[in-house]
Amino acid sequence: MNARPIGQPIDRVDGQRKVTGHATYCAEFLFDDVCHGVMVPSNIARGSIVRIDAADARAMPGVIEVLTFENAPRLPDKGRGATEPPAGREKSLLQDNLVRYHGEPIALVVAETLEQAMDAAAHVRATYAEENAVLAFDEAKEQRYKPGKTGSGKPDREWGGAAQSQAEARIERTYTTPMEHHNPIEMHATIAQWEGDRVTVYDATQYISGVREVVAKTFGIPEESVRAVCPFVGGGFGSKGSVWSHTVLAAMAARVVRRPVKVVVTRAQMFVNVGGRPCTEQRLVLEAQRDGALLAVEHHALSHTCRFEDYTEACTQPTRSLYAAARGHTTQRLVRLDVSLPTFQRAPGESTGTFAIECAMDELAYELGIDPLELRLRNHADREPYSGRPWSSKKLRECYEMAAGRFGWELRRAQPRSHREGHWLVGWGMATATYPAHLEEAHASAALMPDGTVVVRSGTHDLGTGTYTVMTQVAADTLDLPIERVRFELGDSDLPQAPVSGGSMTVASVGPAVRAACEALRAKLLELAGGDASRMYAPPAARVEVHARASPAAEDETKQPVATRSFGAIFVEVRVDADLGIVRVPRVAAAYSVGRVMNLKTATSQLKGGIVMGIGMALLEESLLDTRSGRIVNANLADYHVPVNADINDIDVAFVEENDTRFNSLGARGIGEIGITGVAAAIANAVYHATGKRIRELPITLDKLLPLNEN
Amino acid sequence: MEKTPQRPPAHGAEVSVHFVVNGREHTLELEPRVTLLDALRERLGLMGTKKGCDRGQCGACTVIAGGRRIKSCLALAVSHDGDAITTIEGLEQDGRLHRVQQAFIEHDGFQCGYCTPGQVMSAVALLEETDVAALSDDEIRERMSGNICRCGAYAGIVAAIRACAEQR
Repeated sequence: MNARPIGQPIDRVDGQRKVTGHATYCAEFLFDDVCHGVMVPSNIARGSIVRIDAADARAMPGVIEVLTFENAPRLPDKGRGATEPPAGREKSLLQDNLVRYHGEPIALVVAETLEQAMDAAAHVRATYAEENAVLAFDEAKEQRYKPGKTGSGKPDREWGGAAQSQAEARIERTYTTPMEHHNPIEMHATIAQWEGDRVTVYDATQYISGVREVVAKTFGIPEESVRAVCPFVGGGFGSKGSVWSHTVLAAMAARVVRRPVKVVVTRAQMFVNVGGRPCTEQRLVLEAQRDGALLAVEHHALSHTCRFEDYTEACTQPTRSLYAAARGHTTQRLVRLDVSLPTFQRAPGESTGTFAIECAMDELAYELGIDPLELRLRNHADREPYSGRPWSSKKLRECYEMAAGRFGWELRRAQPRSHREGHWLVGWGMATATYPAHLEEAHASAALMPDGTVVVRSGTHDLGTGTYTVMTQVAADTLDLPIERVRFELGDSDLPQAPVSGGSMTVASVGPAVRAACEALRAKLLELAGGDASRMYAPPAARVEVHARASPAAEDETKQPVATRSFGAIFVEVRVDADLGIVRVPRVAAAYSVGRVMNLKTATSQLKGGIVMGIGMALLEESLLDTRSGRIVNANLADYHVPVNADINDIDVAFVEENDTRFNSLGARGIGEIGITGVAAAIANAVYHATGKRIRELPITLDKLLPLNEN
Repeated sequence: MEKTPQRPPAHGAEVSVHFVVNGREHTLELEPRVTLLDALRERLGLMGTKKGCDRGQCGACTVIAGGRRIKSCLALAVSHDGDAITTIEGLEQDGRLHRVQQAFIEHDGFQCGYCTPGQVMSAVALLEETDVAALSDDEIRERMSGNICRCGAYAGIVAAIRACAEQR
């Protein structure tokens, strides 16, 4: 008998479609009469349109329609029918003449061909009444304010009482992280097609039921009149978790021209119209005894948002959960700029927050002369610090031990700048990785088909995360069938509803629903077979189908009796060129406590991918805002650097064996985001160890490091 | 003899382009500004070749033209008049995967799959360009750095190419 399907490192079940070009992404559904829509961007950051001249564009060959605020159909509530995140956001839907950021859509050109639409879009002219825009974070931060709520609940937390003893060491440091953009290689895209009062949107999304809801509410039509389809997502990392303007504009245009309209966001627009990670400024205060025991931890974070919606990058969240300090205080404040709306980007808050707290812990370790790993072990939190709740399961100590062992940390020389190989300064650094575990209600169906196969369905998504594969494994495992007899379908809002594929919660939410559906199918088939298990999977005359749902124990995670979080430990070696300041990362070793691993192959890949993105965050990624115009000046993949193959060397990922059944029936906590956390800190710490220079401002580029030669 | 310079076609006028894609002949009437990528995707419906930036920066649109890997978003279709072009849809033979495609599956050289056709085409061309078995991993990485994978599947991509090189 073969091993149980769950956990096996099987190849992706959708692999063949992906390597042959036969996986259909949303811009690739074929329609005979499709026309192309192109958004026209504003070129001021704040003001109003005095005059918009689309006559030239309308007269150009192939142009079918140009929608502007003057002629766009009026939507209920000015298009603000669905603004509740994550799916609903404040959008730009040509409902008025206001301009709120550079690159805001001021028109949509629809033409027979893409070339004609692009050309005509360049011929739409606007005259503006420009107003003073607030664009410099350092000036605007004087007007910081407390957000009403954040993704993580309360913006501020304070716990513990007065310190019992006097602090013998204190560090206070400020760390900054820049604006970043997700940049999945598949650009956001929508094809919208109306048939009577019903619309189908083929939309690159992490949240099909969110698309259905937002499109319906924005147009004021019933949800049953909207279908969202998305069988493949070419990466998302958070940007595709919300419904942005282009999706609604495509549907609006398709209704006007009575033909299917395709809108593909351009790469430049990927930096403006679909969110991005806000910049942060984070002040950390750590107080400790001589032996390293933390007495107090404070984390005060600022992040930018736009003028028309509050989005908070909850950087202080990891600090509330990482170390057993006697006293803690965290605050979140927002800084308003006249820019487009920022959003959640891979490990929102946790990637930026772990950079600050994990660098601060390293600085404290050097201050006290304690090994950075030892400092973390001495402050290990056996309970969640701010709430006092026990953990559902936590194997962080095992992660430290496993990753340190695989890396060879015991050979570390304590002194910074103590290891040189030719012109390379070599350094080692480490950090803790962490991400909370979430789950939401999900539904699934399972059916035994007349051909003897089982089809399992849930309206979820596969962003490259392995959902097709892993859910097939969960179903096969539950049904006791070989995976070849099971097919999993997703990506259609007509399927049983599932939550957004964000917050690392797809496996944790949909997995239990798939398991429940398959258990129900088994029970039904056994009953139909009169209790004879050997006949239960005999091909039926007509399909036998069941539905099931799985829901969290409590609606509000903070009301759960146990705290649920994933953890990890990451160790890196860097080499810094002493003359040129170039930083390379020749090797990484990381170990994770993420609950039960569903597929060792896809899980390892996903965590390595998170580490790769973390290397980008540490060394490369930064969206540069021109504080005069409000334009992102490097809005392309030649000037916004993401890691390429030559930037990545050996990455060793390991898992601590764990089965978190207090969290859900599968024992799995989710792995999409934790991989990026801690990476930037581990690299910054290694750069300090290599060079003796502490860089507290991401990304760590050579201009910040030079000069490095001591003379 | 005096030559009359050819006048460019009038704005919006179309020209006839003929090429062989994956062994099949196609003649298209196209505006000269149409890129090879958009001709493949929007005119021929060959959606396997991806658009990731439209600026030659990401490599998702890599195809093989005249035996060389090129970025089809930076090529005008008219400039490939008469050429033989291979796209991702043309790699399978007799319904069997090309060994690079098979190796990408085995070594998990992708996640979302969107950059994958470009990565595979680039890898296929690389294996023809040089004796890859003699290259270091760093050299393979360098030669594959025109193809961005935002999911970060680089380790699997290098392992897949290494495995193919050693099969030869």
